[in-house]
Amino acid sequence: MSFRIDQLPKKKYVVPGNAACAGCGMMIGLKILGMALGEEAVLSIPASCAAVVQGLTPKSGVAMPILNVPFASAAAVATGIAEAYRMLGVKGHAVVWAGDGGTADIGFGTVSGAAERNSNIIYVMYDNEAYMNTGIQRSSSTPRAAWTTTTPTGKHERKKDVALLMAMHGVPYVATASIAYPQDFYRKLKRASEIQGFKFIHLHAPCPPGWRYDPAKTVEIAKLAVETGAWILWEYDNGQLKLNPPSTVYVDRAKRKPLKEYLKLQGRFAHLTDNDVKMLEEEIEAKWQTVLALAKAFPQRL
Amino acid sequence: MLPLSRPAPASAGMTGTWRTYKPVVNLQKCIDCGLCWLYCPESVIDWEKGYKIQIDYTYCKGCGICADVCPVKAINMTPEEGI
Ligand SMILES: Cc1ncc(C[n+]2csc(CCOP(=O)(O)OP(=O)(O)O)c2C)c(N)n1
Ligand code: SF4
Ligand SMILES: [Mg+2]
Repeated sequence: MSFRIDQLPKKKYVVPGNAACAGCGMMIGLKILGMALGEEAVLSIPASCAAVVQGLTPKSGVAMPILNVPFASAAAVATGIAEAYRMLGVKGHAVVWAGDGGTADIGFGTVSGAAERNSNIIYVMYDNEAYMNTGIQRSSSTPRAAWTTTTPTGKHERKKDVALLMAMHGVPYVATASIAYPQDFYRKLKRASEIQGFKFIHLHAPCPPGWRYDPAKTVEIAKLAVETGAWILWEYDNGQLKLNPPSTVYVDRAKRKPLKEYLKLQGRFAHLTDNDVKMLEEEIEAKWQTVLALAKAFPQRL
Repeated sequence: MLPLSRPAPASAGMTGTWRTYKPVVNLQKCIDCGLCWLYCPESVIDWEKGYKIQIDYTYCKGCGICADVCPVKAINMTPEEGI
């Protein structure tokens, strides 16, 4: 399924004059979420930049019904909404829109619980790779070597792969996505909305102040993450794991752009030596081998 | 009373005042592709195929993504006056 840009809804689900920083990648994601599910979704949003954009009073910067919920509760709240909808016979989607800190760290137990129960929710983790709203503290989803205010010499640990962890729960649908590929994200949201049970989408979303770059480059950087192989687009749909374009092309290491092109635009990686870059490239290659092995292990839908 | 907020413009004020650079579009060059509309994180670009685009400067924060994604470089970031 593909779509034409001019056939997307023109309604503004992201309302102008909101509190997001100039060039915020997460807001591009929210826009696409609105276009795909806006008329049918009720969002649960835990503390995060998204909560600030949506949670000011008396005006909200997001035109969807939203519950502003305490940190670790988002997946549980959405489960409750989904159950209420089922009992009342209401058609609609209970959606979580949460950051990486709220998902990979603080909300992880609740997310894992909802996945294990196969709650009928769509969980979107927008990943700006740190606790941005509170001033750029590292999360378990911050990539290795990245500067944050709590990793002043670069993070020593590797990035937790939340999407793979969720897929290994054996839930009906898990996908990765990027704000640079709105068509792909839109299709994945639509696919998720057709499926009964737990759906998880891990959305890569650059953050200009947090990653230290010119806000004009948000889309360019997100695209480079995919083109260098640092971010892999795949989906796990009812037991089948497969790569999605354009990542299908980057299986071939020779087709990937040099990782440096992605890193050099971002101040958070400014301290890296050539050796560090090489090490990161090897780690990325190992991730590719894992994803490819899983694609081989899960070749068809159940 | 429920603590409710309602969607409305200017939830964070007149964000156009944040701008240091202003995106100026050359409609002669614009090929009506809609990419700037698609990627604008603020939803301040209006686009109707056949009518090209219009930018709402009351709220545009001047991030420059539109100029960056435009395939024909029809949008120019020009410094705001008085900065
Ligand atoms: C229980 C609780 N602990 C801490 C906070 C402070 N807090 C608010 S937002 C935030 C960071 C969230 O990070 P993430 O989920 O990655 O979202 P982002 O801000 O990056 O969008 C923190 C720690 C809080 N609001 N509630
Ligand atoms: S800190 Fe980053 S993620 Fe948060 S609103 Fe600003 S740009 Fe967006
Ligand atoms: Mg974050």
